[in-house]
Amino acid sequence: MENLSPHFPALIIIVPLIAALLTSAAGWLNRRLCFHFAALGLFTSLLVSTGLLASVLDKDVILYRLGGWPAPWGILYRIDRLNGLVLVVIFFIAFLNLIANKRTVEESFPEQLGGFYALYVLFVTGLSGMVATGDAFNLYVLLEISSLTGYALIGIGHERAPLAGLNYLFMGTIGASLYLLGIGFLYLMTGSLNMTDIASLLPGFYGSPVMVLAFLLCMTGLFIKMALFPLHAWLPNAYSFSPSASIGVIAPLTTKVMIYVMIRMTFDVFTPDFSFKMMHLGEVMVWLAVAAIIMGSLFALAQTRLKRMLTYVIIAEVGYMVGGFWLGNRMAVTGAVLHILNDAVMTLCIFLAAGAVVYQICGDDFEDLKGLFRKMPISMAAFTVAALSLIGVPPTCGFFSKWYLISGGIAAGHYGFVVALLFSSLVNAVLFFRIIEIGYFEPFSEGEGGHGVHHGPPAMEIREAPAGMLACLLLAAVSLIVLGIYTGDIVTRIIDLAIPPAI
Amino acid sequence: MNTILSLKPLLAVLTSLLAVPGIILSRSPNVREGWTFAAALAKFGIVVSMIPMVLSGVRLEYTLAEVLPGLGITFRVDAFGMLFAVVASSLWIVTSAYSIGYMRGLQEHSQTRYFCFFALALSATLGVAFAGNLFTLYLFYEALSFATYPLVTHHQDREARSSGRKYLFYILGGSIAFVLPAMLVAYHLTGTLDFTPRGFMGGIESKSTLLVLLLLFVFGFAKAGIMPMHSWLPAAMVAPTPVSALLHAVAVVKVGAFCVVRIITGVFGTDLLAAFHFDTLICVIASVTILTSSLIALTQDELKRRLAFSTIGQLSYIVLGVALLSQAGMTGGMLHIAMHAFGKITLFFCAGAIFVATGIKHISGMVGIGRRMPVTMGAFFLGSLSVIGLPPAGGFISKWHLVLGTVQAHQYAMLVVLLASSLLNAAYFLPIVYRAFFCAPGEAMFENRIAEAPVWCLAPLVVTAVGSVVLFFYPQPFLRLAALAVQTMTGGG
Repeated sequence: MENLSPHFPALIIIVPLIAALLTSAAGWLNRRLCFHFAALGLFTSLLVSTGLLASVLDKDVILYRLGGWPAPWGILYRIDRLNGLVLVVIFFIAFLNLIANKRTVEESFPEQLGGFYALYVLFVTGLSGMVATGDAFNLYVLLEISSLTGYALIGIGHERAPLAGLNYLFMGTIGASLYLLGIGFLYLMTGSLNMTDIASLLPGFYGSPVMVLAFLLCMTGLFIKMALFPLHAWLPNAYSFSPSASIGVIAPLTTKVMIYVMIRMTFDVFTPDFSFKMMHLGEVMVWLAVAAIIMGSLFALAQTRLKRMLTYVIIAEVGYMVGGFWLGNRMAVTGAVLHILNDAVMTLCIFLAAGAVVYQICGDDFEDLKGLFRKMPISMAAFTVAALSLIGVPPTCGFFSKWYLISGGIAAGHYGFVVALLFSSLVNAVLFFRIIEIGYFEPFSEGEGGHGVHHGPPAMEIREAPAGMLACLLLAAVSLIVLGIYTGDIVTRIIDLAIPPAI
Repeated sequence: MNTILSLKPLLAVLTSLLAVPGIILSRSPNVREGWTFAAALAKFGIVVSMIPMVLSGVRLEYTLAEVLPGLGITFRVDAFGMLFAVVASSLWIVTSAYSIGYMRGLQEHSQTRYFCFFALALSATLGVAFAGNLFTLYLFYEALSFATYPLVTHHQDREARSSGRKYLFYILGGSIAFVLPAMLVAYHLTGTLDFTPRGFMGGIESKSTLLVLLLLFVFGFAKAGIMPMHSWLPAAMVAPTPVSALLHAVAVVKVGAFCVVRIITGVFGTDLLAAFHFDTLICVIASVTILTSSLIALTQDELKRRLAFSTIGQLSYIVLGVALLSQAGMTGGMLHIAMHAFGKITLFFCAGAIFVATGIKHISGMVGIGRRMPVTMGAFFLGSLSVIGLPPAGGFISKWHLVLGTVQAHQYAMLVVLLASSLLNAAYFLPIVYRAFFCAPGEAMFENRIAEAPVWCLAPLVVTAVGSVVLFFYPQPFLRLAALAVQTMTGGG
């Protein structure tokens, strides 16, 4: 282990990549092995990323030259506190969701186990690579890896899933192409693809319209991929029709990783000076985010299916992070970064709970959710914790990122954003308590005995989700509270040091 | 003033939380209730064991985790928090006994859930009492809202659902839309949320900012039931009566009043309020609530609803007393937390006992009930005396201080409000008692035969009724705590 540790930055890509190949090969030999290879690969990567995070906590930055090529020519991997943290989140969520959905995958795709797991692990590889890489073009390659596998993971589902996947593919490809175009312009100007290198060359081009164009193209591409309103149209269908196992990893990670990439590009490539001070984009972006939050919340109110409602909640949450980031003050950026972490775990927890419900009840229409607290008390307890976190109730972690975001809004004097966040909290309370009400009260008891004596609604048999699913769900729910309580440490020891001092 | 590190406040908060697994996993109801009693007694023991230290001027403090810069989940026990903690934890023991009588007497469903959330609610209540900063206060305030939701909606019928909605709408709406932004602005402007005996907002000079924040806090803590944020309380009366008794006469509503008092004393500070004349404003808001709610109470025929409107008025006594900012007024306001708790819980217990024994909820159906349930109605009489503020009941002591406080503060209009309210209180309580015992032979709706509620229901209400009389003769424990609290808040020590 000792002699491997300098290679950790490469291992977080190589290990899952090899695991994906093995998984795929195992599909032909013995389909039972697929899950084990995938789980082993992701678990190893989780350990490696944790080790990386631990070492960047004292070392600030780890640079790794892939293949030993020197920096501007070869591909550089760059791990700092911020993406170290994001990497751990990625593998934690991917691993937990994999374990939780073992049963659903086996039952839904008995013939395609090898393929599914290989796609799953490749998808995670793409995401982690995007986060770790220090090369703008390499980022595009990995973006495509995660996108293509993502389309497949969604399209593999039943009913309308293939169509939704196709729609996502069109939108996603446009987004990725815009990003590539932006990188192309940067390359034309600077002749480099290395992020640090570009950043050091760019100040000479600050006045140039090409630079502005490159910036806008990159950002627009990323906004499509992160489903920022009004570029969100692909997300609800793609997410609500896809199988539980896919959505459990795609929903928490895709949008969050894209937001991280946006942060990475603005900080490390275009530099905060250019992105915040010269582009005068902040005001526009925050108002776009306000629109995203409000529209996402309103759309969510209009839904009558659980998973579909959650997809609109994600769109609102994207607005939280984008808005917080573009407010550009320290509090708000801290909030945005913290929310990447918190929202990823919250989304995992709520989608695992939804997955457990769908698995047991075979439906997620609000009508199907009646009596759910009696049928699945433990799952619903976890669901409630995730709901409280999304509403923003302390001590769950959702409260703390919201605290920073609202503080940032107040500090910037941007009351539109503050109001939008409070509005969204209230709407989330309505959304989730509507579901809790259905699960708790209905079906109503028939008639009342004696002088108003209540014997409660009809008893129901407990039909809890399988143990593995339940364990992962509970772990996710508990980590929401643990993350909340350790917010202070996460912020002071990681996020505060990761944000450039200029902000 | 010394501050020492101590685990006791944390333990006091956690005891009932730790009993929850025991309550859930118990096989037999008797074992389950054993857990409740064990937790209640342990909690009360821990709370009481801290009294001597608090009285000697020591503050106990414990920080669980520092979650935000300079801001942790911090418990700090001072005299005022102690006063409230003693009230809540002692009455929990009595209510647990009453719950057993009531829930088993009516063969209610889901009793495990009921006892489980009751324990959670008590944890949250003590968390509020011992909160050392506004953030911790908010945390436990919210926890209490969610812990009581399943209790309020216990019956799980349509009526419970609509009441639950109303409950969440006011309480959660108030805390998210009003308190949260106000708290964040306060933190942004001052950089701290730690309660200090003289308040921490002194550095803010803008009068309008202060006014907006104050109003957001006062109305945002909707559990205090200050009009127009009160209407959740009558709706919440669909809950089983022990819930109404402990939560809607003691824990939840007093948490609201407690929070408002903390805002007045620990956040703004008495000097600041006096300097900007905000004290009169709060007094006016409180007195409007006092008079209006008393008038509405007169019109209510359902006993629990009448009690609920009475509670709304009495909560504003607490706010009014503290907002008077005079020595006696503040003492009276704080004392009223204890005195009203004992009186009102007795009244709720009686309402529940009547319901268990006869199934009657409406006052118009209670003519002559004193002949059938003399003990219950006797206790009801003592409870009424306490709430009206007549000797020999504890309510007299707090009202005496309140009245004295209005004179000290030269707020004679408030004196009139208090006296008028006392008359109204008498007008809506005493006829119930009178009609219960004295009616023409033909009018009585009950046969002349004694048939009280089960002993588990009866004993607790006798205990609390006697308790409110005892507090008249021996109010020292609460009086000393209140006096000490006022002394630190107004700068005597």
